[in-house]
Amino acid sequence: MSDCIECGGSIRLPENPMVGEVLACASCGIELEVSGISPLMLQLAPEIDEDWGE
Amino acid sequence: MNPRIGITFSRIRLEDKMILEEFDRRGIVYDRIDDGDVTWSLQDRQPRWDVLLDRSLGFGRSRATARILEGRGVLCVNSARTVEICGDKLAAQVALEGAGVATPATTIAYGREAALRAAEELGYPVVLKPTVGSWGRLIARLNDRDAAEAVLEDREVLGNWTHHVYYLQKLIDKPGRDIRLFVIGGEAVCAVYRVSEHWITNTARGGRTENCPVDDRLAEIGRKAAACCGAEVLAVDLVEDREGVLYVLEMNHSMEFRNSVAPTGVNIPGLIIDHLLRLAQERKA
Repeated sequence: MSDCIECGGSIRLPENPMVGEVLACASCGIELEVSGISPLMLQLAPEIDEDWGE
Repeated sequence: MNPRIGITFSRIRLEDKMILEEFDRRGIVYDRIDDGDVTWSLQDRQPRWDVLLDRSLGFGRSRATARILEGRGVLCVNSARTVEICGDKLAAQVALEGAGVATPATTIAYGREAALRAAEELGYPVVLKPTVGSWGRLIARLNDRDAAEAVLEDREVLGNWTHHVYYLQKLIDKPGRDIRLFVIGGEAVCAVYRVSEHWITNTARGGRTENCPVDDRLAEIGRKAAACCGAEVLAVDLVEDREGVLYVLEMNHSMEFRNSVAPTGVNIPGLIIDHLLRLAQERKA
């Protein structure tokens, strides 16, 4: 578990987090990107652009 | 000598992680390229990689990267041409129709009145889609003329120029599901039904998946679809009408498959890597 940098809520971490992986905060819904592994660091995920997706 | 492999990302989606874990499991070395951080000099002629697997999320980023790296001699999966066709529903549909693949009745119009006339001629309900768009965003079902007038006015006033190419498609009366077909190296490898009570069955919008056996019809559609856009790795979205006729809705050049590996039992990321390595070997030979 880690703390949401936006609301302080608990973030459930995947088994093997990867830099660039996006996690959603169950408390506030914000998306956070893993920016470091050792130690684990989270930052706000980049905004989704209009042409993003499939 | 092992091929030099680059992989572009915007963010690591679940399927991207599955691909990276498969690379790691096999002990294959690759370069991760964060497309939000990278810079590309157009004077740089060094290829650096034999093959590039593009997993960028943005249509614009994928197209630009492929153009730049193809200019340096890098084999991009997928190519700039494939990205250009698949990233634009209109271009994809023209390519599919040219290849003899059935698509839903569709009319393009540029003026609001012309669009309303087109909708009447297609017969309500029709679907208005942006030609460039994803995850089902800004797709509107128009059940009657009142809805069409309201949505078209919104697009005219609020949309950008791409939204002023009105792409109107007859809604196919489908049995609560559509089909996603995965094609790798020109061959259909598996397919899923995407089931939803909502008329948009995209799993990004909450649809669930079930295995769909790949029969001869799907296999042929997969081959034709990949050939018409030159795709090495492709997801083809189809609907079947109540009579069982299949229509291709769109093609995806950077496919998502997180909900498709379990129901099909097919290791999609593994097959992508197998094909990537095969292409790299062919290029070196």
